[in-house]
Amino acid sequence: MWKSARSGAALLCAALLASACAGGEQAGTGARSQEKVTLSYGVWDATQQAVMQELAAEFTKTHPNIAVDVQVTPWADYWTKLKAAVTGGAAPDVFWMNGPNFQLYASNGVIKPIEEQVDTSVYPKSLVGLYTYDGKLYGLPKDMDTIGVWYNKTLFDAAKVKYPAADWTWADFKAAAAKLTDAKKGVHAIGAQLTSFQEYQYNTIYQAGGHVISPDGRKSGYDDPKTIEGLRFWTDLIAAGQSPDLKTMTDTAPIQLFEAGKLAMYWGGSWDVAEFTKNDYTKDKVDVAPLPKGEKQATIIHGVANVMSAKTEHPAEAWEFVKFLGSKPAADLLGKKGPIPAYNGTQSAWAAAHPELKLQVFLDAVSYAVPYPVSKNTAAWQEAELTHLTKAWTGEVPIEKAAADLAAGMNELLAKE
Amino acid sequence: MTATAEKRLTRAAHAARRRPSRTEALWGYVFIAPTGLGLAVFYLWPVLQTAYFSFTEWGAFGGHTWTGPANYARLVADPEVGRAVLNTLAYTGLGLVGIPLAIVFAALLNLPGLRGVAVYRTAFFLPVVTMPVAVAMLWRWLYNGDYGLVNQVLALVGVDGPNWIADPATAMYALVVVGIWSSIGYNLIIFLAGMQAIPKELYEAAGLDGAGRVRQFFSVTLPMLSPTAFFISIVSVIGSLQLFDLVFVMTGSGQAARANPAYSRLQTVVQLFYERAFVTDDRGYAAAIVIALLLLIAALTVLQFRLQRRWVHYV
Repeated sequence: MWKSARSGAALLCAALLASACAGGEQAGTGARSQEKVTLSYGVWDATQQAVMQELAAEFTKTHPNIAVDVQVTPWADYWTKLKAAVTGGAAPDVFWMNGPNFQLYASNGVIKPIEEQVDTSVYPKSLVGLYTYDGKLYGLPKDMDTIGVWYNKTLFDAAKVKYPAADWTWADFKAAAAKLTDAKKGVHAIGAQLTSFQEYQYNTIYQAGGHVISPDGRKSGYDDPKTIEGLRFWTDLIAAGQSPDLKTMTDTAPIQLFEAGKLAMYWGGSWDVAEFTKNDYTKDKVDVAPLPKGEKQATIIHGVANVMSAKTEHPAEAWEFVKFLGSKPAADLLGKKGPIPAYNGTQSAWAAAHPELKLQVFLDAVSYAVPYPVSKNTAAWQEAELTHLTKAWTGEVPIEKAAADLAAGMNELLAKE
Repeated sequence: MTATAEKRLTRAAHAARRRPSRTEALWGYVFIAPTGLGLAVFYLWPVLQTAYFSFTEWGAFGGHTWTGPANYARLVADPEVGRAVLNTLAYTGLGLVGIPLAIVFAALLNLPGLRGVAVYRTAFFLPVVTMPVAVAMLWRWLYNGDYGLVNQVLALVGVDGPNWIADPATAMYALVVVGIWSSIGYNLIIFLAGMQAIPKELYEAAGLDGAGRVRQFFSVTLPMLSPTAFFISIVSVIGSLQLFDLVFVMTGSGQAARANPAYSRLQTVVQLFYERAFVTDDRGYAAAIVIALLLLIAALTVLQFRLQRRWVHYV
């Protein structure tokens, strides 16, 4: 029995060797261009699945030998699954990347830098910077998002408050917030959301002239007094009763309160267009304004990029596909049906899709936008942000102390990167 | 006594078939092989691997280096670990209240002449067969501070209820109530079976001696039920120490949970393991956390076996 097992194994080895040789031969004779190749493309947004498939089909028209298989993994599992796939050497050839995760992938060499010279001036500079690591570009920006103030016109009218002007300031915002709060009706001006830094704290931190992380990604900015001013903006609103307290916001998320007419304003991303134009309550009651100006005007810009797996078996084809996804025709198609495309000059179609909303606000914001702050292991200090700031949001610890503790904890984590 | 019974059984088996041949034994192994292999590959091997990984440090995409006891040194000094262990023990301890509660309900269901037993049994057992995530979602709504049913009912009697699972003062109790509610049906069914196995003669004898219903419950039912209660307490302590899904869903999954003001009261050991393994990619440390949990469970189980002599009566 052992004998036969051994000879079986030998046979298997021989077969494997033979097939390996055959593969090598094929590549050697230049038969590759005739070869049919299927690329896998990993994405997380099911609402964009259709337009991604359309893009894939469009790409196959010009590259008949390359088919693309769009694989959707829901957001909640996307990163866990991707990490496991990368570890096991089974990552999709091309996949979506976001800012907080990018440096982790780039620094571990599991995504492929772009070697060809590409004209990056067609994308917002901050997004190109977001996907550059060690001087090398790893992904072409696909879409982008900025933040604005969504407001409930009905509640503004009821409180006789003028709609936000395009050049409003923190002072204007605070004055409006005081008038819009109506404790008897259970209406608050705004929900000082703790869990979405991209829509809340990061914006006010940069508006106050502070910073989250030093440009070289080595030091926390949370001990900067200006950063603390940006955080105090929110804790003051809670203390004044113009925002629900953290317990209430834990039970019912601010977006739900806004959609129930309990919040007059909601700081939210350009991606909320889909939600607010669909929701029965908000669809004919809301509009959007730019974020108020503090010491500076600022909004966080973020966007998804398409990157290639370092271990892809078809690097040439994968690059062709990424290049196509980053092109103007692809952006034109995306803008009609999806988020704001990153390619400059193609965004107007997106804004035109809802003429009833001042969506141009999100596009104008690009000129003063600040990139989403990241480092190599962003997730580690994002956890620290929540751990420490929760105590300031409940009022348990003054904001200066919470921020100082956070800065110390974050510096410790950054030192380990 | 069990030992002698076993011996008698084996002797009987030997008598029945003189020679259990080797082929027969081989076939026996073949039949248990699927389960045995499954256990070895999917349970035993991962446990050993985890034990090994607890002495290593991991990169985000695999690859690990041996760091010796570094993870354990860190674990002992980590205040978050201490807090998570205390939370888990508090949940486990408070959850034990569910056992006497289950006994009382089982005794009530066991009353002769009770109508609609099947309905009650189903009602009690329903939470057990419901998915834990669904249970947690439902209770999240019930506990909502502003719109939840619990507080609306309290408002009827003029009480302004708290934000149950976001308030550090109430969160753990709110969680324990859900834990007991969802496990009481399982315990109750087992107690019911235990009660029905108690010989009727004992009650008759007790009755002749002049014991009433209540006296019978304390002097006959409870002692006779102690082996069942012991089994339940072992199982529920192990289950409680591994609590994860309820907290994960009720506090808001993922990192958002940390924004819950009551999170420091709710975070369990498995919760912490999940965060280290899958959020911050600290897998070696996460492995050390679960190995520590394994030791804790083992220690508590041994302790329970030691203590059983004091209160468990075998017939």
